[in-house]
Amino acid sequence: MDVAGITPTLRAKDYKSDVAPVWCPGCGHFSVLSAVTKALAHLKLHKERVAMISGIGCSSRLPAYVDAYGFHGIHGRALPLASGLKAARPDLTVIVAGGDGDGFSIGGNHFLHACRRNMDLTYIVMDNEVYGMTKGQASPTTQPDWAKSKLTPHGTGMRPFLPTAIALAAGASFIARGFAGDPNGLTKLLVEAIEHPGFAFLQVLSPCQTFRPEQKEWKHLVHPVETAPTDDPVDAARFIQADDGMALGLFYVRRLPVWQPQNQPTATPADLEREFAL
Amino acid sequence: MTDRPTLAGGATLAITGSGGSGAVTAGLILLAAVGRAGYFGLLGRSAGPQIRGGESAAMLRFGLRPIECMGDRFDLLVGLDWENVARFADELPLDRDSLILTDAQAGPIPEILVRSGAQVRSLPWKALADAAAEGRVNMVALGMVGAMLGLPLDALEAGARTTLGGKGGRVLTPSLDCIRSGYSAADAVPVSPSALAPAVARWNISGNEAAGLGAVRGGVRFVAAYPITPASEVLEWLAPRLELLGGSLLQAEDELASINMIIGSSFGGVPSLTATSGPGLSLMVEGLGLAVASETPVVVVNVQRGGPSTGIPTKSEQSDLNIALYGLHGDAPHLVLAALGIRDCIDTVEWAVGLAERLQTVAIVLSDQMLGQSRAIIDPPGDRPFGAGERPRLLRPIAQDADPDHRRYRPAPDGVSPMALPGLPGGMYTAEGLEHGAGGTPSSRAIDHAEQLDKRLHKLTGFDYGPDWAEIRGEGDHLLLTWGSSAGPVFEAAERLRDSGTPTRAIALRLLAPLQRDALLEAIGSAGSILVVEQNQAAQCFAYLHSQRALPEHARSFARPGPLPLRPAEIMRALTDRDGREET
Repeated sequence: MDVAGITPTLRAKDYKSDVAPVWCPGCGHFSVLSAVTKALAHLKLHKERVAMISGIGCSSRLPAYVDAYGFHGIHGRALPLASGLKAARPDLTVIVAGGDGDGFSIGGNHFLHACRRNMDLTYIVMDNEVYGMTKGQASPTTQPDWAKSKLTPHGTGMRPFLPTAIALAAGASFIARGFAGDPNGLTKLLVEAIEHPGFAFLQVLSPCQTFRPEQKEWKHLVHPVETAPTDDPVDAARFIQADDGMALGLFYVRRLPVWQPQNQPTATPADLEREFAL
Repeated sequence: MTDRPTLAGGATLAITGSGGSGAVTAGLILLAAVGRAGYFGLLGRSAGPQIRGGESAAMLRFGLRPIECMGDRFDLLVGLDWENVARFADELPLDRDSLILTDAQAGPIPEILVRSGAQVRSLPWKALADAAAEGRVNMVALGMVGAMLGLPLDALEAGARTTLGGKGGRVLTPSLDCIRSGYSAADAVPVSPSALAPAVARWNISGNEAAGLGAVRGGVRFVAAYPITPASEVLEWLAPRLELLGGSLLQAEDELASINMIIGSSFGGVPSLTATSGPGLSLMVEGLGLAVASETPVVVVNVQRGGPSTGIPTKSEQSDLNIALYGLHGDAPHLVLAALGIRDCIDTVEWAVGLAERLQTVAIVLSDQMLGQSRAIIDPPGDRPFGAGERPRLLRPIAQDADPDHRRYRPAPDGVSPMALPGLPGGMYTAEGLEHGAGGTPSSRAIDHAEQLDKRLHKLTGFDYGPDWAEIRGEGDHLLLTWGSSAGPVFEAAERLRDSGTPTRAIALRLLAPLQRDALLEAIGSAGSILVVEQNQAAQCFAYLHSQRALPEHARSFARPGPLPLRPAEIMRALTDRDGREET
């Protein structure tokens, strides 16, 4: 965090890069990008001490649109990429961004282990229940009867993946849901997620105008969480199981040990070599 | 047995027993003792896949010069018991001059060993062990064998203290008692004078430890990895030692994670490495392409085992050359190196780290089970790889301050553009796996693709790798050409051929990609007979060299799969007996 008064205050637009997004007009991801830059400005983070990490998919294009360090990696591997960076560079604010396919399907195993490793990362999943970049296939969060994809003409026939329930079961220490159509609420959640010491999981309902136009209705379906966030995993589990998937806000936050190596050197390689001498 | 084997004369022995019998422990003590007495030695191990209760063997060879491979046969076979020995009898070549030492109480010697014609001597190990408190047959046998080899008792005791010291007095004390008891019960043999003490203390090190040491000497301070046989010892050595060096090791959820984790840490500026074996390397390949495209330095130490699929996890094979060279999709130039021996693991891994950093690319270092899980007495390495003296270290070019044109992927004369590390104001960029322009913005334009492909290729092909791309020994019209761990038996075969009047040169390739073709062709010269030796079925290196037009047409291949180690005599036969084997 900055020492007050040393650097000029940056505004949200100062955190935007000059790269033009590839997203479709009306995509929810625009407002997620906007909320990210607002949160960075609110927290007065030095641009060069922020790293935006992603995998592959529409939402994973986000790092290039933020004027910070970034890594646009491969499909499903954003969390390991970010975990390695944070392990080596605890001084950085590391924010991971991606979609539901990237995070819950091809990257599902990393999601589980990132939750339980509890490194100080923020993980934003822009969930639109569809693979947009490959032109509209069902994702893990798609409802079983959605039959608009040629790949699954009868629907998936599988119950959707429940990101918040899985995150809780896997040991995440911060679980929240935001909505692209609620930029102020989303910015507030992002600020809290970045400030949370540990793995902060933020599911963002981010409608896909192109392949899921019916998601325009989400703005009528979302509703705020009516209770204060709990630190009790049993209460959180009860809430999440009863949730209709449209509740917005912070559900669960708990202080858990953060995995972060911080070793100071006490030896040189030459010191280690002595063990081999006869 | 014609002559009693001696340490100076190159004694070879195998100690076998069922898992838990302590065959390998006895071998480790013997190796340490022999090193103490001033000799060189090599210990290979053979184990089945069982966690406990399988077969295990320690195979040892000693001498006055560094030992680079197992011999053709064993002088002594120390059979602690005979359970499951038949499973690896083919790894224990014996003949009429060999001597089997056992205790008749251990039961009948398996027929497959008796058929070798080896002489047999029964010794009262069990009786001596039973006479001691908490006596152990392996330690009694060790004491006796040490005496027969002419080792001083104090060297054996020192070897036991070094090897068992960590286990506390409850193990060490009865072990020492049994070693002494076996030693004094052995035939009275004049004790060999210790070999001339070296000026600098020699080392006792395994190939996997050597790879770990090479990594930290090269500057590696972050490792992410997933356990796998036979690479885990690299990681077990590194985990606590990286902490002492201010670094860390992260045990990842799988190899997909480990490769991406080290790409992330390297992006953050910390030299990073992972170690794995074939199945893990297969999972990492997509990540390696990302490191190539994003020009993020990473090193993978691949300790090869029998493949494909799960294959033979505990045994050696050189069959991952193809995946190391060709596994990545797209045009993805990267470095492939192979360690030529246990000591060479230190230098080759250190060199690989330096090259990966300097060239901002991927380096795959091929070791294998035989190198990784064997131990040797070696001369300590120099300050720089391959005794290069005060040659400057190879370091990553880093952007130091806000360069007005700091575009990350800007073509540079040598293809390597300085890398801004997170924290540098004004250096912000997004590392990309998508094809990109000079600034890093994704691009599918032909001109950008061509420019970046050329940049990534020429930074590797234009670099001066110096003389260490291969090790070349001897002169002669005959040529043995090999790579990686087969260098050991090839060097010995070439030397023995020279000694017996067949002038033979040996070339062992350490840098396989980019292939130093011109230098190789010059080293091959006008050799009249050329044999490419490697331990895999498909003659992977032979085919690669031909594809690079780096071999004359008359070159032949001697390639056979693991798990049996290549032995010098079969290589000699393959070179001299043109009809002895089908040619590739």
